[in-house]
Amino acid sequence: MNSWKLWMLLLQGAGLTVAVSLLSIAIGLAIGAVISAGMLSSKQVFAVPSRLFVSFFRGVPLLVQLLLIYNLLPAIGINVSSVGAAITGLSLCTAAYQAENLRGGLMSVPKGLIEAAEMAGLNATQQFRRIRLPIAFRLTLPAIINEAIMILKASSLVSVVGVVELTRMTQDLSASTYRPLELFAMAGVIYFIINWGLSFIGSYTENAIRWGRP
Amino acid sequence: MSHPAVTIRGLHKSFGAVEVLRGIDLDIPRAQVTCLIGPSGSGKSTLLRCMAFLEETSSGSILIDDAPLGFRTHADGSRTRLPAADIRTARRKIGMVFQQFNLWPHMTALGNVSEALKTVQKLGRREAEDRAMVQLKKVGLAERADHFPSQLSGGQQQRVAIARALALEPEIMLFDEPTSSLDPELTGEVLNVMRALADDGMTMVVVSHEIGFSASVGQKIAFLDQGQLLLTGTPTEVFGKPRHPRLDQFLETYLDRGAAMLL
Repeated sequence: MNSWKLWMLLLQGAGLTVAVSLLSIAIGLAIGAVISAGMLSSKQVFAVPSRLFVSFFRGVPLLVQLLLIYNLLPAIGINVSSVGAAITGLSLCTAAYQAENLRGGLMSVPKGLIEAAEMAGLNATQQFRRIRLPIAFRLTLPAIINEAIMILKASSLVSVVGVVELTRMTQDLSASTYRPLELFAMAGVIYFIINWGLSFIGSYTENAIRWGRP
Repeated sequence: MSHPAVTIRGLHKSFGAVEVLRGIDLDIPRAQVTCLIGPSGSGKSTLLRCMAFLEETSSGSILIDDAPLGFRTHADGSRTRLPAADIRTARRKIGMVFQQFNLWPHMTALGNVSEALKTVQKLGRREAEDRAMVQLKKVGLAERADHFPSQLSGGQQQRVAIARALALEPEIMLFDEPTSSLDPELTGEVLNVMRALADDGMTMVVVSHEIGFSASVGQKIAFLDQGQLLLTGTPTEVFGKPRHPRLDQFLETYLDRGAAMLL
């Protein structure tokens, strides 16, 4: 097999890595926002399950979570593809970390800004959606991007549920070509470029939403 | 005389063991400027914040246009807290301007002023922004509409904050030390906007260290000391001689804020 062919196959795996990771990052961020609100709620019905969610998904290894979800979903009658199980696992795990990031941001929103929203007549949901969350998001953007990069790298673990993403593709190819050094070096370069792109998107967003600071 | 805009009776407020307000009775007359003055820690800001229900009172009652704010007082004197929606309804009549401006940093000036029109009053974006522009023009900042708070001076930020409150068409405007975090050269532009608002007949309650402003624009002066109302009356009654010794002592410390002209 020539190098060109190898690159093509690796990029195919990389495509799946990017697709699974980006979807999981987006879904995880949305779930994380809801969980962060729950954690700060004064109502125990919301606070307790949110805290349990975070402790579970932070406390159990991602590898175990993925295998658990992959085996649990069919057992309770939900048929899910390998990719579906992978996205579910990654999303829930990253949601727990993003919830903690956002919770930190939400707690640092100055009280006066919330009082102003209160006086403007915004109810609790409107305050969260329009004032607290957007400000918290801006305050915690570096940590959020950090977590996105972590999850992209952790996506190599989804090979255990049968998703042939970049790492798995590299393993399979090196087994059949006996060229592991070359292949893993190529995979490393691809991971680096993807994450470099992700941090570029991060700093671009950071600049674009800097609330107009020069 | 017409009904007061705000009626405060037997108001007490404690933070833990510290009693900050110790039995306040005060009427805020309609279409007049009431100034709350007093030394630091006298409770004037807390009293103002109680009128917006940003602080929950410990006992006593506040009526906005005869409607109870925050608590309903029963015949036997006990109180029940009103639901959040009722508090929002009562607050609709009140606009508040803060010492720290409290503009939302992720929105432009126009965004700040039009936000509640869009989210709360459910106006279309176009109409909300048109109405917001009217208010920004009123405070002289129409050409800064697309600037973020961080791109505006303190005085400009405070004028946007005033426009934000006015956009909701309140009947009563509360000002909590609106110029205290401004450089002396920027206080003038804010006080001018407030003066124009007073001339329009807005009911205003102003907590301020600007004694000169209080004496010239205020129609009712309330002097607080250690959580109690020591003096209330027209500027002539309160500042005229013979003067209460505690007030005299207070004014001595505010010579640079326009108090000199009263001595």
